[in-house]
Amino acid sequence: MNILQAENLSISFTRYTGWLRREVIMPVRQLDLTLEAGEITAVVGASGSGKSLLAHAILGILPVNAKVGGSIRYRGEILTPAKQARLRGEDIILVPQSVTYLDPLMRSGTQVRLAARSSDPLKLQREAFRRYRLEREVELMYPHQLSGGMARRIMAASAFVSGARLIIADEPTPGMQAEDVAETMRWFRELADQGHAVLLITHDLESAVTGADKIAVMNAGMTVEWLPASHFSGRGEMIRHPYSRALWNSLPANNFSLPQASFRKVSGGQEGPGCPLAACCELATARCREELPGMREVMKGWVRCHAS
Amino acid sequence: MGAPGWLKYACGKLIRLASLLAAVSIITFALISWSPIDPVQAYIGADMMKVGAEQREEIAAYWGLDQPPVERFLRWAGAIMQGDFGNSMIYREPVVEVIGQRFWYSLTLMAAAWLLSGLFGFAAGSAAAMNRGGRLDRSIQWVCHTLASTPSFWLGLLLLMVFAVWLGWLPAGLGVPAGVAAEHITIADRIRHMLLPAAALSITGISAVALHTRQKLINVLDSDYILYARAKGERGWQLYRNHGLRNIALPAMSLQLASISELFGGAVLAEQVFTYPGLGQATVQAGLRGDVPLLMGLVLFSTLFVFAGNTAADVLYRLVDPRMRGYEHDSRIV
Ligand code: SF4
Repeated sequence: MNILQAENLSISFTRYTGWLRREVIMPVRQLDLTLEAGEITAVVGASGSGKSLLAHAILGILPVNAKVGGSIRYRGEILTPAKQARLRGEDIILVPQSVTYLDPLMRSGTQVRLAARSSDPLKLQREAFRRYRLEREVELMYPHQLSGGMARRIMAASAFVSGARLIIADEPTPGMQAEDVAETMRWFRELADQGHAVLLITHDLESAVTGADKIAVMNAGMTVEWLPASHFSGRGEMIRHPYSRALWNSLPANNFSLPQASFRKVSGGQEGPGCPLAACCELATARCREELPGMREVMKGWVRCHAS
Repeated sequence: MGAPGWLKYACGKLIRLASLLAAVSIITFALISWSPIDPVQAYIGADMMKVGAEQREEIAAYWGLDQPPVERFLRWAGAIMQGDFGNSMIYREPVVEVIGQRFWYSLTLMAAAWLLSGLFGFAAGSAAAMNRGGRLDRSIQWVCHTLASTPSFWLGLLLLMVFAVWLGWLPAGLGVPAGVAAEHITIADRIRHMLLPAAALSITGISAVALHTRQKLINVLDSDYILYARAKGERGWQLYRNHGLRNIALPAMSLQLASISELFGGAVLAEQVFTYPGLGQATVQAGLRGDVPLLMGLVLFSTLFVFAGNTAADVLYRLVDPRMRGYEHDSRIV
C-alpha cells in the first residue's frame, strides 16, 4: 500500500545577504519518492544533497524561511501544515541521528514515554526497553550518561512506542561499527515486517543496499533514479543512471574506483536549463546541456537521464 | 565519595569569603580616611560655631579619631574579631542594632522587587520567545528596551508623582505612617509603604530578566532536541513545559540569585527617592556624615549578603543540574 508520495518536491530558502539583497537557494529541486507499507526505502546521496531537508519537509518542521513546492501525499491525501501537525508523532515519527536530539535535562525513560501513544506509557516504554536490550536503570539516566549505542536505542524505542506508520530515520548509521549497522538495520526490518513504511536517509550506499528494499539516489537536490536495492550488484549492469552507477562502483568493496568521483562534488544551486550533472558527467551530450531530463519508467523503477 | 568533595568546596568558599571581606574592609577604610569629610564637623552640623576647638578635640578623642588611620583600622579589626562592631556615631546605637532594624525593611523591599522582576521578567521573556517574530514578541522587546534605558531614579520620581501626588493612592515615602504609634501600625500599612519603592526597584530588573530569558529560550528552541520533540508531535504549551521551562529555569534562577548585588545598588537609590528607612538610606547617611563604624558594618554586611546570593546560585547549579552532579552523586542510579 502506498503510504507516502512526494511529487516534484522542491525546498528553497530566502536569505538576505548584505544590504537588502535577496538570495534564493534551492537545495532540493526535483524530488520524487514513493514509500510503500512493509518496505524500507533508502534515500542515498552525498552530504549536502538535501536529504535531511526531505525528512523535515515531510514532518513539516522546516525553518520558517523555507518554501516548499510540489506536493507530498500521505495515504492519498495532500499534506497540509495543519495535517502535518496532526500526524507528527502519531502517524509519522523521526528517528534522529545523534544524542543531541535528546533533551539534556530529562531522564531517558521520560523521553520515551512522551513519545508513547498508549493509555499506559510506562508499560509500553518498559516493553520497548526490553525489545531494544536496554537495562531497566537506563530509564533514570540523563542523555550525558548514555553511550552512543544506548542513545540510538532510546531513539529507536521512541519510534517503536509511537506506533507511527511511517518511520523516517535520518542518518541512523554514521561512523558505526559493522555489527551496530547490522543491528540498526535489523530494527528497521522488523518494523517494516510489521507493516510500517520506513524511510532511511543515508549517505552510506553499502548499508542501504543490504538493508533496504528500494533505493532512491539523490544528487544536486533531485532524485536521479529509483530502483530495487537488488539491482545494485555486480558491476552495476542493472543500474541505469551514470551517477548511481558511479556511486556503486566507487565503493571500496567493489574495488573499481572509477574516476567518477567528481560526481560527488555536484550539489544544489546550479542554474541553467540542462541536467545539473552535465558539467561532470562523462556521458553528457549537447542535449543534456539544453534540456532537463524527465522521469522515465524503466524496468521496476524510474530514471532521470537522457542517456539511459 | 561525597563528603571530601563538598567539604573542599565549602572550605574554598570560606577562604574566598574571608579574603573578600578583608579586602573590602581595607579598601573602604582607606577610602574613608582619604575622604574630605570631617566626621566631627558632620556630627555637630549647624552648631559648629557654638562648639569650641577643645570640645571638638574631646569628641575626636572620644571616637578615637586622634590616632593615625592604620592604628584605628587595627583596633576596629580587632574588635570585629570579637564580634564587636562598635557604635554608630550618628544614630548613637550599636551598629549591629542599626543594621538589624533596617535590614528587615530592606529585606522585604528587596525580596518583593526580586520576586516581581523575576516572575514578570521570566513570564514576559518566555511569552516573547514562544512567539518569536510575532506582534507580542516585538511589543515585549520594545517595552523592555525602553525600560532598560530609563534611569531608575527618574522612574521612581515618576511613580511618586503619579501614584502618590496626583492619584494619592499610595504614601509618598517613609516605611511606616508618620505620627502613628508603633503598636497601631499594621502589616497593610507596611505593604502600602513598600509598594512604590518595590515597583521602582523591580521595573528595570524586569527588562533585563525578560530579555535574558527570551534569548535563552530562543537558543533552546533552536536546538536539535526541540526539533525532535516537535517531530514527536509536541507543540505550544506542552513543548514549553516539557523542554523549554526545564532548560531555562536553572540559568534563570542562578542569574536571578547573582543579580542580588545589582539589587543592592538599586535599593540605595530607591530608598533615597522614597525616603524608605532601609540599609541603602543608612549607607548614604553614614557615607555623607563620616560614620565610620556604621559604614564599615554596612559594607561588610552587604558583601556577605551578595556573596550568599552568588554562592546560592552556584550551589543550586551543582545540586540540580544532572550534568554537574555526575554519576556518583546520583544515588538513584547504581
Ligand atoms: S542527462 Fe546527460 S548529463 Fe545528465 S546524467 Fe544523464 S547523461 Fe549525464
